[in-house]
Amino acid sequence: MPEEHKIRVVLAKLGLDGHDRGIKVVARILRDAGIEVIYLGLRQTTESIVSAAEQEDADAIGLSMHNAGHLVLAPAMMAALDDADLDIPLIIGGIVPDVDVPVLQAAGVAAILGPGAPADEVVAAVRNAVAAAAT
Amino acid sequence: MSVRSLPPDELVDAARSGNRRAIGRLLTLVERGGAVADAITDLTHPLIGGAHVVGITGAPGAGKSTLTGQLTRILPEMGLTPAVLAVDPSSPLSGGAILGDRVRMDGVAGEEVFIRSVATRGHAGGLALSVPGAVRVFDAVGFDPVIIETVGVGQVEVDVVGAADTAVVVVNPGWGDAVQANKAGLLEVADVFVINKADRPGANDTRRDLELMLDLSHMSGQEDESGYRPPIIMTTATDGSGVSNVWDAVQAHRAHLDATGKLAERRAARLRYEVANRVDAALGARITAALDGYDLDPDRSPAAHAENVVGLITLS
Ligand SMILES: Nc1nc2c(ncn2[C@@H]2O[C@H](COP(=O)(O)OP(=O)(O)OP(=O)(O)O)[C@@H](O)[C@H]2O)c(=O)[nH]1
Ligand SMILES: [Mg+2]
Repeated sequence: MPEEHKIRVVLAKLGLDGHDRGIKVVARILRDAGIEVIYLGLRQTTESIVSAAEQEDADAIGLSMHNAGHLVLAPAMMAALDDADLDIPLIIGGIVPDVDVPVLQAAGVAAILGPGAPADEVVAAVRNAVAAAAT
Repeated sequence: MSVRSLPPDELVDAARSGNRRAIGRLLTLVERGGAVADAITDLTHPLIGGAHVVGITGAPGAGKSTLTGQLTRILPEMGLTPAVLAVDPSSPLSGGAILGDRVRMDGVAGEEVFIRSVATRGHAGGLALSVPGAVRVFDAVGFDPVIIETVGVGQVEVDVVGAADTAVVVVNPGWGDAVQANKAGLLEVADVFVINKADRPGANDTRRDLELMLDLSHMSGQEDESGYRPPIIMTTATDGSGVSNVWDAVQAHRAHLDATGKLAERRAARLRYEVANRVDAALGARITAALDGYDLDPDRSPAAHAENVVGLITLS
């Protein structure tokens, strides 16, 4: 039986806010869908995330943000990935107002998940982003 | 073209010239197994031997990752280039995993340290194939030491650490921790003991328990004929105290291996273990294939069936 390749996702919290409930829920949702989550935890920097994504050969990066910093942090993360020549899809989870969604999409964010996103939506977002990046 | 899609030989060259993305990719491919993994194993095998392979195991939450993180902080100051393979269990239900060891190494390990998280991926023995492959990649690329962290609860997890050049077993203060470690088979593999969380009460009792068990194994003649006795080091990994003593003890064990010729012995045993596991996996696949095409007549004895199937496999 040829095993399909396991998806490996680096999950982190970028910036200074200290809430990790949401990201832990997402970690469990992904694990329960058969995905390998490399959990970095709180207070990561764009550099530490790039470095972990390289070492872990991540298929996707999931960032959780709840401090309304997404307009700065998400493009900063995209720029850091670009600088490192990493073509890994970035998925943002957290409270992103509708008006900001096109801004983040234009910056290259692959998917945006609201705080109450159901499990299948979270899993589908990751799988689709990974599949799209592979083509 | 992305580094990720290079063929194995070019990936190995890129990895050896320091491309971290290439190293990460090689580790993924080796972990997946199959023909590409075998090609990488063929390419990297002639390049190994430079790394001191150190296994660290112990009960869940003993502080292995915190200790490893502290080691990776002091080792570069000595001119060393450590790599870490951090193994965590996969969920048996979904096959997914939450690999959280990096959290405890975070802010401790510097940029120059390479850390890779690995899941056990369910199938028993999977680790026994993937860990040696990953260690070989790290060694071939030039990392030294290569540190493997496993949770010392499964047989394979313990064996993988026992097959390292130096095996470090981490226990905690508290009644019975040393006894539990003994039951889990950890004491037999230990070259160095660490009592971590020495900031908590009971560390001296745990030391006494360990000494007692070492005395007993000495009396029963289990101890190394060269007189090597695993030292017991106290640490508080969270603030780093005692961590440099752990490295000194690992070095002393390495000096012992070098002086007695046991390093070659260890490595020969490790190669044998790896080859045995590969043969086991290959035969396992052939057994399944043979059984799939075999008519199991319920009226015949299983002994006769088994003999037939063995015949089919050895002929195929
Ligand atoms: N008091 C105290 N706590 C410690 C010490 N070392 C580690 N810890 C804490 O113990 C907990 C587990 O530490 P880890 O380093 O993750 O332990 P581990 O053995 O890698 O755990 P697993 O990989 O999950 O088996 C964390 O909360 C650490 O902060 C120590 O020396 N003293
Ligand atoms: Mg750990």
